[in-house]
Order: sequence, then C-alpha cells, then structure tokens
Amino acid sequence: MSTMTINLKIWRQKNSNDPGHFEDYKLDDVNEHMSFLEMLDVLNENLIKEGTDPVEFDYDCREGICGSCNLVINGRAHGPKHMTAVCQLHMREYNNGDTIVIEPPRAAAFPVIKDLVVDRSAFDRIIEAGGYVSVKTGAAPEANLIPVPQDTSNIAFDYATCIGCGACVAACPNSSASLFTGAKIAHLNSLPQGQPERDKRTIAMVNQMEKEGFGDCSNFAECEAVCPVGISIASIAEMRKDYVKAIF
Amino acid sequence: MKLDPKIPSGPLEEKWNRHKNEINLVSPNNKRKHHIIVVGTGLAGASAAASLAELGYNVSAFCIQDSGRRAHSIAAQGGINAAKNYQNDGDSVWRLFYDTIKGGDYRSREANVYRLAENSNNIIDQAVAQGVPFGREYGGLLDNRSFGGAQVSRTFYSRGQTGQQLLLGAYQAMMKEVHSGKIKYFPRHEMLDLVVVDGKARGIISRDLVSGEVMKFQADAVVLCTGGYGNVFYLSTNAKNSNVTAAWRCHKRGAAFANPCFVQIHPTCIPVSGDYQSKLTLMSESLRNDGRVWVPKKKGDKRPPNEIPEDERYYYLEERYPSFGNLVPRDVASRNAKMVTDDGMGVGSSGLAVYLDFRDAIKRDGEDVIRAKYGNLFDMYQNITDENPYKTPMRIFPAVHYTMGGLWVDYNLMSNIPGLFVAGEANFSDHGANRLGASALMQGLSDGYFIVPYTIGDYLAGNDVPKISTDHDAFKEAESTASGQLDKLLAVKGDKTIIEFHRELGKIMWDKVGISRSKEGLESAVEEIRNLRDEFWQNVRVPGEKNYYNKYLEFAARVADYFELAELMALDALDRNESCGCHLRDEYQTEEGEAIRNDKDYSYVSAWEYLGVNGKLETKLHKEPLEFEFVELKQRSYK
Repeated sequence: MSTMTINLKIWRQKNSNDPGHFEDYKLDDVNEHMSFLEMLDVLNENLIKEGTDPVEFDYDCREGICGSCNLVINGRAHGPKHMTAVCQLHMREYNNGDTIVIEPPRAAAFPVIKDLVVDRSAFDRIIEAGGYVSVKTGAAPEANLIPVPQDTSNIAFDYATCIGCGACVAACPNSSASLFTGAKIAHLNSLPQGQPERDKRTIAMVNQMEKEGFGDCSNFAECEAVCPVGISIASIAEMRKDYVKAIF
Repeated sequence: MKLDPKIPSGPLEEKWNRHKNEINLVSPNNKRKHHIIVVGTGLAGASAAASLAELGYNVSAFCIQDSGRRAHSIAAQGGINAAKNYQNDGDSVWRLFYDTIKGGDYRSREANVYRLAENSNNIIDQAVAQGVPFGREYGGLLDNRSFGGAQVSRTFYSRGQTGQQLLLGAYQAMMKEVHSGKIKYFPRHEMLDLVVVDGKARGIISRDLVSGEVMKFQADAVVLCTGGYGNVFYLSTNAKNSNVTAAWRCHKRGAAFANPCFVQIHPTCIPVSGDYQSKLTLMSESLRNDGRVWVPKKKGDKRPPNEIPEDERYYYLEERYPSFGNLVPRDVASRNAKMVTDDGMGVGSSGLAVYLDFRDAIKRDGEDVIRAKYGNLFDMYQNITDENPYKTPMRIFPAVHYTMGGLWVDYNLMSNIPGLFVAGEANFSDHGANRLGASALMQGLSDGYFIVPYTIGDYLAGNDVPKISTDHDAFKEAESTASGQLDKLLAVKGDKTIIEFHRELGKIMWDKVGISRSKEGLESAVEEIRNLRDEFWQNVRVPGEKNYYNKYLEFAARVADYFELAELMALDALDRNESCGCHLRDEYQTEEGEAIRNDKDYSYVSAWEYLGVNGKLETKLHKEPLEFEFVELKQRSYK
C-alpha cells in the first residue's frame, strides 16, 4: 500500500463578508485508498491538534447520493473523475507530490457561508415554485391505473436521479441552473402524472431560476460534463421546448 | 412512568379502521389554529409535514442538512415492500404482516405490524401519483423484485435508488406546502432540546447551524422524525450527520427509550480498508437475489477467488439454509459471515470479508441483464475498491445499518410525553428485533403519510393545549441547558479530538455490543464506556466557537449523547438473557449457532426511563408485555 505527500491549496473564508483567501497545507502519509473527503478529515484532525480552525465543507451520506458535497477541485466541480461525486473520489487518482486546489462552487446565487460551504437554498426555492405533482395524501388512485411505458419511466428516472449538488452551476460559465431546473421539469413533464400542471410548472420554475440570479444557458454543456449522475442537457432542451409551448 | 400501548380491541384486521372511526377529529377551521413542529425531513418527517399541512395545520419543518432533500432516507437502495400481489404469487396483507412479525423474531406488536402491512399499498399509490419513477414491466405496469425473509416478490424499486426517489416525492410534497405557506421551513437547524410544559411537549430548542444562534420554538405538538442511532458505532452505513441527539434529549426530558440494543447489522457492506475510514457503504440486499455468498473451505486460503475450484468453495448460506439460501434475513446472514470469518475462512487482506459472487448469474443471464439490474451498485463497488465485480467476486462484510430500537410510542405513535409523537426509524415500533429488507421505507412513509396525520388530530381534539409564549420559564431553562452544554464542551480544551473519542467508543461497541454479545463482554463494555466518557469530558478538544458555523461543535454534542446512549445499549443487551433477531447472546444459542429465544421471560418491550448520569447512567427498566393473539410464536427457521 503506497502513501503520498499531497500539497493542498484551500479556500478559507470566515463568513460571507470576509473576502477570503487561499491557504497552503502539506499532508503526509496519504493512503491511496482514502476517499478525498477522508483526506480532508485527516487534515482537519491535524489542524485541530495544532489549534487552528478546521476547514469547513459540506458532506453527509458519503456514498454519492445526498448531494451535500460539492467541492471544486483544480477548477473542476467534483474533481477529475467522470460521473463521480467528490465523496466517491479516491486518492488513488493522485500522485505523490501533487498540488490540489480546493474551492467552493462559485456563483452569485450560492453565497459562501464559511470556507467551502455555500448556501444552495435557491435550489429549494426552484422546487418550491413548482417541482411537484399537486396530489394530496390519500387522494391517489390505484397505482396500476396509471400505466407508464417502460421507456418513458426509464427516461423519467434518468432525469429524476439528479442529486441537487449544484456542480452544474459551478461549472457553467454563466452560473446557470438550467440543468438542475431542466432535470426536474423533464422528469415530471415526461410522465402522465405530470401533465395537468405541465405549463404552470414550467413557467414557475423557469421564472424562479431567473429570479434567484442564475444565468441563462448558452449551450456550453459544461454542466453535463461534471454532473456526477450524468444528467443529459437534453433536459434543458425539454425545458426550453415546454417553456415556449407554455407561454404561447 | 406509565406505558399504555393503547392497542384497540377487536379482530386484527379491523383494529386500525375502527380506531380511525372512533378517534376525535379537529374541524378545518380549528386545524388552522394549531401549530405543529416536525423535526427531520426524511421519509417520515417530509411525509408527515406535507400531510399535516395539507390538512390545514400550520407546520414548522426542521432539518440539519442544507436542504430537506438530503436526509439519509435518500441513500436507501433496494426497495419498498407492499402487499399488492401484482405478481399473483399469493401475497396478501396477512402474509406481509406475518413475514414482518416473524422477521422481527416476535418482538414487535401485532397490531402495529398489521397496520403497517395494510398501509403499504396506499404508499405505492401515493408515490406513483407523485411521479416516483418505479421500475416497470414492458406493459407499463409496476415491476417487483424479491428481498430477504420473504418467499413472494413484493418489493417495488427505482433501480438501486428507491429511497432517493421516494424521498424526493415526499420532499416535493413538502415543498408544495412551503409554497402554499402552510409550512415554515428551517434547514440547517439542529434540535437541541424538547420543551415540556405541564407534562406536555410544547416546543423545541434549536440551533441555527449557520449563525450558531440557539432559538426557542413553541408548538401544540412535536413530531420527531430524526432517524436512527447507528453512528454510535462510529463506522456505520449511516450518513455522517445522522445522530441520536434530538431523540436522546427527549429521553432526558422523560420519553422512554425502547429496545436500544436492537441494532441491525447489514450483511452486504464493503469491508473496512484502513484506520482513516469514515463510513461504510452498503451494497443493496437485492444483490443476494443473484449473487452467491461463499468462502474458501480451506482456512487462510490466499488464492485469488477465481482460481479456487468449485469443490473447494463453501456456499455456507445455501448449505445451511436450503429453503431460503442466500435470501435469509439480514441477522442470519450477518451472524453466519461472522462465524465463518471467526473460523478463519475470511477473505481479503484483513480476513474480515466473504465473497458475493455473480459468476453463475452472469453465465446464466448474461452480463447485460446483470448490468441492467445492478449496474449502479457494481459501479459503486468498483469505484470504492478498484476491483471489477463482473470479473472478480465482491468482498462483503456486515456493518451497522439500522436501529430497530428508538423512543417508545403507543399505537398512536405518541411517546409517553403527551404531544411528543415519534415516527420512522426514530421510534421503536414495528420491526421488533430485526427489520426485513425493504421495510424501512414502508414504515417511514406509513407513519408520516397515513398514521400521524390522524392520531395527532385525536390528541389535539382531546387535550387542552393553551397558548403559551416562548418567554415561559420552561423555554428559558431548556435554552440555557442547551447553550450551557455547548459552552461546557468548548471549555474543556483537551488534547484528544472528537473523532478519536468517537472511534474508540465505536470499537468498544462493535467488539462487545455488536453482532454477538456475552455477559462478560457487556459488563466490561459498560465499564469501558463509563471511563471513556469521563475522559471525554476532561480531555476533548472542540475547535472554534459556538456563534458561527462549526461542524465539529455539532459533532461534539452528538458524541456526548452517544456516550450515554452506548451505556444504555449495553445495559439493555445485558438485561435480555436470550437471543432474538439481531441480538445474539453467546450464552443463548444452539450448537450450530442458531438463536435461542426465550418467550416465557423476554416477550416484552424494554422501555428505559432516564434518571441521570453520575459517573454511571442511572436508569430504570419498564416492561411492556407483548401479547400475541393472532400468530403462533415459533422458533424462526429459514432452513
């Protein structure tokens, strides 16, 4: 089992008013089987023992599904590995002596709370605007009364699998939330259950996205490239098509 | 302390409907006068918050994550059970009930479990109507898969992400009510105490995790949906932020804690790779539908698995349990994995793993079929271990996964503190001594969508809940207790980190309060926990301050609670002189290692009352006898 020395350049910012700066750290004995976040845990243990404030970063499930973690590593959201959330990234992707730059996802709509932790509540507000089917508890018909072709269900799943991490926003030159918003619109609008509110939902969610200060989509497709679950930009096309149909 | 389970009388299949017909209702114009706090936004919390708001109550929903969508229900992979009988294989509400109560080794209440099975079908209807993309057949109708502990196919699934899709359905339903204004939403908030006024739950103390401010919130009822306490073991499949603090603080305010020693150890997890390990990752139990579990017959056989010939492989589950084979319940599979590795047949560098092999399934069905069923799980395994499970068998080992124990509740899901309801994994109610696969999602949603919304109305209509202000002394006292504890933690300024303490505590728990337990081991665990707890309060180093975002301060407060809970778990395991479900006492097993249950002396729910911590945990055991009118208690056999 080989160990490495890793040089880290990490964004430190006390709070949203602090301008923030990069701080350099050196970490020895990094094991190749460590996850990236475990490497940061070890750094934090060292910092705490030295009497320094540890680096704050968001995480929870550490199995790539909750969408809490969202670091930008060497300029790339979630780091170098395709379709992999940063909690599933392992140090075997790096070599002894590498320098790794770690930043928060940067966007006007994601203000920094502390260090690498940002406020992504704008995503909640986009869902709140219309990312649901308005069915009350108890009012649902027998499940098999709504047949859904297998292909349709698979397509809906592919959009519904979004973990809401915000990597798409971090990667987009316009800081657009189109992939996130498009994924939820395409999920619900593709299903029979989503039809009654199709137009209303699409307009409300797109308007909310704009209101939150996210930019528009210019088809760079950087979002799809970094998405840890591989959401396709076809979702953005679906969103635009449905938006145009809805407003006319 | 009085513990009345309030189980309705009458035939099993009529209890719930009759109860719903008889309980009090709150009229629509009165509902809007009530305020209900829901803590936690996983399956139970989000579904309860949405359903209560739809009924017209004013709801405040709290969660520790930055969004309700991130609660750990999201990580459930395999599926959700329901008694739809879409496969025409003879399933029914009765069979789902029977499998679940048997799977729990007869340590749960008949009436609760039957209601759970009854509600299961409504959950599927609700989720489909919300747009949850379940797996479907070519004809467009819903598909099912098989899961451990059952001989029918009743598990509904969304690839390997069923929890995610069900949670997003519930989260979206909740956000719909945030939009309507009926729910006030408080993400990045952690409940630190329950406020009890005149014997009733009347509010919570919560810390805004961004500003660090400790705040007071008043309500007419509180619904606790804060999940399980598996992280007491440090390493578990739980999310890093999952914790017992909200439930434990309720316990300290008088809520009984039931069956704390009932912890599910899941058989199919990725083995530990090193000391830096921060969590364990589960591979869905559904893999056992097609994967075959084996170890080399020869002890210490270090050959690569594919070089070990067929006749030198020990397919121990298939051989020992011919009728269920690889699909035995989780407790049985975990215990057997421990037995073969204890016997020196374990694999991998640590020897603490067994193989889960897809070779034969790939030969039978082709790699494409296996990829379609389990692709994301195989990818996850390869990503973590750097090994290709299509070519080499997976290495798996048991890990702490779910806690059947939790706060004691009656049939209405109300704790012994009036006005404090507990739903989902946080309560103890439905899984007895072992939870079957695909039952956790079912229980969380049954509690949240279809039970609490009714029973809370009964409580509010039948009880006087006068308006009170958060200036009341009880709020001030709870606020200063919560704040004071944070100050105390920060003031220690010792030498050892929180994680070092937590890891040590976890090791004691895994070694002595884990897969198998003995009187001797448990007694020494109690001593070790007490000593380590004393050391924690003298020597822990908590960085930073309390008036800003400080995740390590959050952890410190949670670990402080684990130190108390851990002792209670060991005491509960010591009290239970039998083996049942997940709880295996070395002294009570057959020569083949099968559990020996003692129904005569231990057919009860252990409900513990907190009396204080003074060097040791002062606690008092109350027993709720379990009565079985409708099923015959049998020794569980999966042979």
